Amino acid sequence: MAIPVPTESPAGSIGQAVPRRDGRAKVTGRARYTDDLVFPGAWLGRTVRSTVARGVLRRIHFDPAFDWQQVVVVTAADIPGDNVVALIRDDQPALAARDIRHREEPLALIAAPDRDTLHLAVQHLRVECDALAPVLDVESATDELAHLTIEKGDVDRALADADVVVERTFRVGRQEQLYIEPQGAIAVPTEDGGITIYGSLQCPYYVHRAVTRALGLSAAQVVVIPAEVGGAFGGKEEYPSLVAIHAALLAVKANRPVRLIYDRQEDIAATTKRHPGIIRHRTAARQDGSPLAQDIEIVFDGGAYCTLSPVVLSRAAIHAAGPYACPNVRIRGRVLATHTPPSGAFRGFGAPQSQFAAELMMEHLAEALGMSSIDLRRRWMLRVGDTTATSQRLAESVGTELVLDAALQQARPMALPTSPTLRRGRGVALAYHGSGFTGSGENKLASRVALEYTPDGEVRVLTAQTEMGQGTNTVLAQIAADALGVPWDRVTVVPPDTSTVPDSGPTVASRTVLIVGGLVAQAAVELRARLRTDRPPIRVERTYVPPDWIRWDDAHYRGDAYPAYAFACVVADVEVDLDTGEVRVTDLVAALDPGRALHPPMVEGQMEGGVLQAIGYATIEELKVDGGRVLNDRLATYIIPTASDAPRIRTVLVENPYSGGPFGAKGIGEIPMDAPAPAVVAAIHDATGVWLDEIPATPEKLLAALVT
Amino acid sequence: MIAFTVNGRPVSLDAPGARRLLDVLREDLRLTGTKEGCGEGECGACSVLIDGEVVNSCLVAVGQAEGSDVLTVEGLERSGALAPLQQAFIDHAAAQCGICTPGMLMAAHALLQETPDPSPDDVRRAIAGNLCRCTGYTKIIEAILACRTRAT
Repeated sequence: MAIPVPTESPAGSIGQAVPRRDGRAKVTGRARYTDDLVFPGAWLGRTVRSTVARGVLRRIHFDPAFDWQQVVVVTAADIPGDNVVALIRDDQPALAARDIRHREEPLALIAAPDRDTLHLAVQHLRVECDALAPVLDVESATDELAHLTIEKGDVDRALADADVVVERTFRVGRQEQLYIEPQGAIAVPTEDGGITIYGSLQCPYYVHRAVTRALGLSAAQVVVIPAEVGGAFGGKEEYPSLVAIHAALLAVKANRPVRLIYDRQEDIAATTKRHPGIIRHRTAARQDGSPLAQDIEIVFDGGAYCTLSPVVLSRAAIHAAGPYACPNVRIRGRVLATHTPPSGAFRGFGAPQSQFAAELMMEHLAEALGMSSIDLRRRWMLRVGDTTATSQRLAESVGTELVLDAALQQARPMALPTSPTLRRGRGVALAYHGSGFTGSGENKLASRVALEYTPDGEVRVLTAQTEMGQGTNTVLAQIAADALGVPWDRVTVVPPDTSTVPDSGPTVASRTVLIVGGLVAQAAVELRARLRTDRPPIRVERTYVPPDWIRWDDAHYRGDAYPAYAFACVVADVEVDLDTGEVRVTDLVAALDPGRALHPPMVEGQMEGGVLQAIGYATIEELKVDGGRVLNDRLATYIIPTASDAPRIRTVLVENPYSGGPFGAKGIGEIPMDAPAPAVVAAIHDATGVWLDEIPATPEKLLAALVT
Repeated sequence: MIAFTVNGRPVSLDAPGARRLLDVLREDLRLTGTKEGCGEGECGACSVLIDGEVVNSCLVAVGQAEGSDVLTVEGLERSGALAPLQQAFIDHAAAQCGICTPGMLMAAHALLQETPDPSPDDVRRAIAGNLCRCTGYTKIIEAILACRTRAT
């Protein structure tokens, strides 16, 4: 039975701007990231990759001119366990034994005592591959990695009866997470024949499972300890398993610690990206604007391996109708395999792609109906009591109207352009984002947390959640302190280490505050009761049980997809240079319904950072792949917004508590990524009269559209 | 031998002059507050000051530092107390993942030494060579502006 989650905050840290737990270490340079950790005698590792996008590995040549005794080389034949990166489907090898499916496929590993020797070894090793014709374009791909269908009502009949039907096709680009700290792991062999992994990673238990499986070790022999994580954004959800397996394979063979730290070029070229794709909409309405039908088809490019594609597609599809209450909805989604580096997790996880299309569709429909898109949204948007595309009835905390009103209210009159070749315009977009794993996902995870009360009165919070900048350590301490009724500084959030913390699930999916924070709050309530009768030390453990009202049908993809949704509205002002095609976002208001903002400046910080990532997604960021090879694999060629490019982002928090969240909070990690891109593209239309149904809206695309 | 000062302390090293200053700081001197984000002068995570000027230490050969004063993030504290800029980054929640923070602090420190009362645009320009992927820069700029001192 679930313990009621307290909604009062007796000790008063909730809602306060308490100093971040990690602040002092980070401003003094004392925070230790993976590459800052020192292990005497450690060797340096490197990955040898394919040179073809698709092919067969024939041979690895070791030039006899080099003394190979100085180094350690690992190939697929050396893998003691299963040659897979364990995740959803066992399709991705740790090292390719024969079949090469993308240009950055790892084929071998080398470790050496120093950089110069490592460099020489790499130069004296040559891989011989037979090239095959790769499938590089998702439109000609046929190998399906995932598919699903969501249905509500009778779409075909509604389309036939409609006054207005609008059809559009949208395209979204391949985006790089571009955390500033590249991927890296250090593997240290232990005396029991096991391995300890230190690394830059979001999900210690994912890495634990993958290393255990590939190395053929027992669970107890593998320990995973995240170092300080220098940004992740989903990019360190599944990929670190591969880095950690590689480091571990080298460390076992070398019988010494091995550091495997990616450089930027390797990181951009080889690691997972946001799924690019094509999204087609057919939307039907009555002449007065009332909603009739949404018929949506999503096709994502999954790249060479399955990775998390089925789950990304699931989130994309569930959010594809946008925060709207349409009686008839059909959403069909597919992820297809191509011979490009695998796509994977990136903040928003499919929803930014599908909501970009959904929001622009509102603009196109409004245009067809001759009404304002804001009025149209008011007619369509979800309110308490409405049902979503998965037929989930929303009983509370539905913030569509709150965020729309708040954002519009904060928007300022637009300034006039400062030159005759400049045009200004404004765009609005609305979004929602479900907190936690989808449907039965949290049920299957069955996350566990522990709280300890020591004899000297310290409260220890034990979870597997990683601090990657989003504020986990601070907010979990706030929740524990206030639920327990002790001062905030009495609480320690224990750094994750798979040998000491319970598996509270991955640090992903906007789930840390709602799901894990909720468990921490429940454990604290139980601990408070135990303190009346028991003598410390006391340990309380909690396992996640979904709210009893959750109903989810995996077979038909119908039901309560998420316990709660965050809502956001963005108003973006842009200035477009008609001569150069450049787009500058000059002002941006982002209104957010976070349920309750447990730490307002950190919530604002999530919004501001996510908004700028999304502005990059909308305007300049796209990884170009040619012949299966990433062309812009450097920071000089893959450009992200700088402080000079960024607008002053104005965040408005509109609290709208959710009764099932800790102190009323919902998850807000990903929603910042959802609304800005369609708002920016709508603003470009407002400024120029041109619709771009494709992002990024690069100067080249915009200039081409302006002349036609 | 190459001789210079780091955070006020004299250093002399028997190192090849072409080694990157970044590596000498991180590996020889164990000053790991200075980070490597790209290795080609684009991200600014490795920013340090040489005689008050911001440089990307991944692009500086240690030989170029001969006879100069190098300041890293570890040199901002004064006898264990945080510098006002460091405190402002905490107060404004300007550090999220923190990997850009040391370089960002060095660029901001250099700006405030040169221009004690910068405008918001001055601040944006001064940190335009320091990429942050977490914050959208908003709170970083607020933190730096909070450390302005009005010219008298």
